[in-house]
Amino acid sequence: MTPEPVSAAASAKTDAIEAKDLTRTFGGFTAVDHITFSVRVGEVFGFLGANGAGKTTAIRMLTGLLTPSGGSARVAGHDVYTESEAIKRNIGYMSQQFSLYEDLTARENIRLYGGIYDLSRAQIRERGDRMLEQLGLSAVGNRPVRDLPLGWRQKLAFSVALLHRPRVVFLDEPTSGVDPITRRQFWESIYETASSGTTVLVTTHYMDEAEYCDRISIMVAGKIAAMGTPADLKHDRGVASIDDLFVQLARPA
Amino acid sequence: MSALRGLLRKEIVHIRRDPRTLTVLIALPVVQVVLFGYAIRTDVTNVRLAIVDPMPDHATLDLRNRFAAAGVFRIVAVVPRTENLEPLFQTGAAQQAVVFEPDFGDHLENTPSARLQIITDATDPNTGALLDAYASSVIDVWQRELASRDVVSALRRTPRTRVVIVPQTRMRFNPTRESSNLFVPGLMAFVLTIISSLMTAISLTREKETGTMESLLVSPLKPWQIIVGKVAPYLVIGFISVVTILLEALLLFRVPLRGNVLLLLAEGGLFILTSLSLGILVSARTSSQRVAMIGALVGTLLPNVLLSGFIFPVESMPAVLQAFAFVIPGRWFVEIARGIMLKGVGLDYLWQATLILGVTTLLLLAASTRSFKTRLE
Repeated sequence: MTPEPVSAAASAKTDAIEAKDLTRTFGGFTAVDHITFSVRVGEVFGFLGANGAGKTTAIRMLTGLLTPSGGSARVAGHDVYTESEAIKRNIGYMSQQFSLYEDLTARENIRLYGGIYDLSRAQIRERGDRMLEQLGLSAVGNRPVRDLPLGWRQKLAFSVALLHRPRVVFLDEPTSGVDPITRRQFWESIYETASSGTTVLVTTHYMDEAEYCDRISIMVAGKIAAMGTPADLKHDRGVASIDDLFVQLARPA
Repeated sequence: MSALRGLLRKEIVHIRRDPRTLTVLIALPVVQVVLFGYAIRTDVTNVRLAIVDPMPDHATLDLRNRFAAAGVFRIVAVVPRTENLEPLFQTGAAQQAVVFEPDFGDHLENTPSARLQIITDATDPNTGALLDAYASSVIDVWQRELASRDVVSALRRTPRTRVVIVPQTRMRFNPTRESSNLFVPGLMAFVLTIISSLMTAISLTREKETGTMESLLVSPLKPWQIIVGKVAPYLVIGFISVVTILLEALLLFRVPLRGNVLLLLAEGGLFILTSLSLGILVSARTSSQRVAMIGALVGTLLPNVLLSGFIFPVESMPAVLQAFAFVIPGRWFVEIARGIMLKGVGLDYLWQATLILGVTTLLLLAASTRSFKTRLE
C-alpha cells in the first residue's frame, strides 16, 4: 500500500540482503536451488511459498543457522560464509512461535535478550521501558508472558527482536494463528519499523499479507518462480490477486 | 560475558518458576536415601525363626538361647514336629526354621555327630542365602565354644571325642551386615543421572519445542555459551545433591567415609559432567521433551541403575552384559565411590576407573557439542 519508501531506500549504497545462486542441498535433495535476489534497505520483502518450498531453509542460510552448499550471499553487508558473527549482531529474528520464554515476565525476556546482544543495563532499562509503554504493556510487564493474549505476545516478541536495533529483521510466519485484526495491527508495526530504516524480510502463507509487501518473491520447489512488486506481478501475469498468481505458479497447468 | 550471565539467570528463573520440578530435584536425593536406608534394605534383621525341638534338653535350649540372643532372630514358634512348620512357612509367620533331631543333646555328648537342619524361605534367593549364612554362623560360634569348653573339661575328666555338629550349609559372614554402606555410592550415581542427564535433556529439548532455541542460535551467542548457560545450573544442583546424599549417609546411617572427601567430590563432579554430556547428546538427537525423557531413561538411567553394580554385582553378570557394563559411566563411578568411602583407597588404586570415566566424559562431551552444532544442518 505504501511502495513509496523504496525510492528513498534505493539510494543506499548497498542492499540489505543480496543473494546470488544461493543453494542448499540435503543429501540428494535440493531444498534451495540457485536463488538470486536482493532486498533494499528499508524495504518490506515478502517471502512466499508453500510449505516445503524452501523458505525456511533460505532464511536459515541468511541468518547463519545453516551453511549454504553453494552460491553467495551478504546480509547487512557481511558475507554469510565468513562473517556470520557480524551478521548475527546485525539481524533480528522472530519465529512463528514468537520465541519468548513463557515462564519469564516481559521485562525478564527483554533483559535476557538485551544481555545476549550486549546492551548495557541502562540501555536495556531505557529501551525496555519505552517499548512496554509504546505497546501499552507497562502494567503487565512483570507478569509471565504465558498470561498475555496471543496478539500481545506477538507484538512483544517483535519488539524484543528489534531491541538491539538490527539492520535487518527476519520474520518467519509471524502471523500464524493470530486473528485478522491483530494481523492487521501487526503489519502496521512492520511498516513503522521499515520506515525507520530497518529492512524486513517476512515469510507468510497468507496471500492477502503478500499485498502489503513492497516486493515479494514466490518460491516453488526451491526456486524463485516470480519476483516483483505485487502490483507489477498481478499486472504482468494478468491475475486479480496474489492468491491467484500463487495457485497458477504452484500448480502449473 | 554478560550475555552468559543473563542466560544463566534465565535458566535459574526457569527452575525457580517450576516449583514442582524443583521440589523433585531437591527432595529426590533426600527421599531416595531415606527410602533405601530404611525400607529397601538388603540386610536382614528381625528374622522370624521357628524352632522344631522334639525333645528339649540342655543342648537345644542352649542353642535356642544363642539364636534368641544373636540380635538378628526373633523366635516366633517352638514346635515339636517338623509337620508343624508347614503352615508357619505358608503364612509367612516364619522365614526360617531350625530343626533339632530327637536326642540332640545326647548325640552331641555321646556320638561323633549331632544333626540339625536349617530350613529357609528362599522366595527371595538373596535373602534366603543371607539368612542361611546367619543361622550357620550362630551354630558355628556355639560349636567352637563347646569345643573349647571340652578342652577345659578334658583336663579334668576322661578324654572324649570332639564335638562335631554337621550343619548342611556353609558359613558366610557379612561383617557389618549394613547394606547402606553399599547403596549410598550407587544412589549417588542414580540421583546424579536423573538430575544431570534427564533434566538437561528435558530443558534443552523444551527450548527446541518452544522455538526459543532458534532465537538463541541466531543470536551472537556461541554454541558453548548456550550449552554452558543451559547446563551449569544443573551442574550446581547435581553437586548439591552429592553433598546432601553424603551428609545424610554420614549422619543418618553412619556410612563410613574412609577416604578423601575432596577426591570423592571431584569424582562426583566428573560423573556429573559425564551425565550432563549424555543429556546434551540425548537432546541433540530428539526434538520433543517426551522423547528426550524416554531417551534419557532408557539410554542413561536404566543402564546406570541395572548395570552399574548398584543393585546387581557386575561380577555375576553374563559376559555380554559385563562388556556392556564396561561402557556404563555409572559402573565406574560406583566403583570409585565405594573404593573411597568403604575401602578408603585413593587415586593410586582408582586411577584406572577415573581414567576410563574421564575419557568417556571427554568423548561424550566432544560428541555432544558436535551434534549440538551440526544439529540444524
